[in-house]
Amino acid sequence: MIPASFDYHRASTLQEAFTFAQEYGEDAKYLAGGHSLIPMMKLRFSEPAHIIDISRIQGLKYIKEEDGILKIGALTTEADLEFSDLCHDKYPILVDVSKLIGDPSVRNKATVGGNLAHGDAANDHPAVMLALKANIVAEGPNGTHNIPVDEFFKGFFETALEQHDILIEIQIPATKAGNGGAYNKIERKVGDYATSGVAVNLTVDTSDTVVDIGIGLTNVNPVPMRVSRAEEALKGNKLTQELIEKAGKIAGEDCSPTADLRGSEDYKRSITKELTIRTINKAWERAKASL
Amino acid sequence: MKKEVTINVNGTSYTEEVEPRLLLVHFIRENLELTGTHIGCDTSHCGACTILLNGDSVKSCTIFTVQADGAEIATVEGMMQDGKYHPLQEAFKEYHGLQCGFCTPGMLMRAIDFLKHNPDPTEEEIRWGISSNLCRCTGYNNIVIAIEKAAEKMREVEVETVA
Repeated sequence: MIPASFDYHRASTLQEAFTFAQEYGEDAKYLAGGHSLIPMMKLRFSEPAHIIDISRIQGLKYIKEEDGILKIGALTTEADLEFSDLCHDKYPILVDVSKLIGDPSVRNKATVGGNLAHGDAANDHPAVMLALKANIVAEGPNGTHNIPVDEFFKGFFETALEQHDILIEIQIPATKAGNGGAYNKIERKVGDYATSGVAVNLTVDTSDTVVDIGIGLTNVNPVPMRVSRAEEALKGNKLTQELIEKAGKIAGEDCSPTADLRGSEDYKRSITKELTIRTINKAWERAKASL
Repeated sequence: MKKEVTINVNGTSYTEEVEPRLLLVHFIRENLELTGTHIGCDTSHCGACTILLNGDSVKSCTIFTVQADGAEIATVEGMMQDGKYHPLQEAFKEYHGLQCGFCTPGMLMRAIDFLKHNPDPTEEEIRWGISSNLCRCTGYNNIVIAIEKAAEKMREVEVETVA
C-alpha cells in the first residue's frame, strides 16, 4: 500500500518544527515513531501534504526522576520503557503497559508521546496516565503549557493539544512507600487493540486503607475513561475482596463499550469488571510490597 | 519533492534520491534489489519485512526511507560472514526452523535483536520475543528450538554481529 504523496521536512529543534508547522498549517502532521500515522497514511485515512519529522529533536528521550516527579520524554520508545531499570524497580505499571503495546518490533519505534498525542481511546497509555494522574507538558510556538491528563482527551482522536503543539513530556508523581500500580488487558492476539484494558495506581497505608487510587480504562469508552465512581468507593476505606469486587462491578457498569469483532457489549462489560478486580489486586500486592 | 538519502545497508553505503513516501521495504527490495526482506501483510502485523535499523528490529513496511537517512541497516543478506552462516541461520537449518521460508528472513532479524537483550532466554521468553513475527507453516515449535540452540552456541562463541 502506497501512501499519498507528501513533502518531508526534518526538524532538528522544536523551534524549527513550529516554523514548519506554521508555514504548512492544517496540511502538516508531525511524525515521531510513525506507528500510528504511517499505517493510517498507507490506508489513505490520512493524507497530509507535509510531514514534519520530529523524531530527531534532541533532548526528548529520557526517563528520570526529578523533584519528586517521574519525567518521561515524549520521544521515549515503548522498548525504552520495557527495558528501563528505573521502571522495573519503581514503576512496574509502565513495564506492564509497554510489554502489551504492539509487538516487540513495533515497540522499538513507537513512542510514548505519540501513543498519547494520537488521542485514540484504544491506545494503552491513556488509561495508564489517567490512573497515574499524569501531567502532560506541551510546547507550541508561544511556549510550554501543562495539561492535566483529565483535561487531555477531548473526544474521538481529539486531544487538548493546540494546532502546532508538540507533546514534549509526561510527568507522573514519583512513587512512594505504599504505592503500587498495574496494567492488564485482554487482547485477541499480540498487536491487537485491547478488548478491554484496566490501569490501577493505588496507595495504601499500613492498615490497608486506600489513601489514593486511580483507575483508567482502555477501549471500552469513546474516550479514555477514569472510573471515578469506583475510585470514590475505594478511597478512605480499608481494602477487602468485597470492596474490590464492588469497584469491579462499577467499572463494568460505568464504561460504554461498543460491540465489535472483539466481543459484545455484555462481554466487554463482564471482562472489564473481572480485569478491574484482578488489576486492583495486582496493584495492592505491589503496594504492600513497597511498605 | 524528492529527497537525497544516504543509508548504509549491510556495510555498503548507498546515496539515492527518493520520494518521501517510498517505504523502506520498497527501497530495500526495489532500489537495492535485496529481495531477502519480504513483504507479507503490508500492515505492520506479520514481521516478514523485519530488518535491523541501527541494531533494533523494526518493520520496514512502516518506515519511510527518508526516516532512515544516515542509518545503518542490516538485512538477512548481511548475516553470512566470510562465507559462513550465522549461528541462527545454522540452527534454523539444523532444527528445521522453516518450511516455506517466507517468514524466515524477518524471523532471523527479530531473533538477533531479541538475543541481544536476552542472551539466555526461556522457551516462554522466546515465544514472547518473536511475537512480532508470524509463521504459517511451522507452528513455531522448531523456530523456538532453533533460537534456543543458536542462543546456546552464541553464548559459547563470540559472533561477528551483523551491521
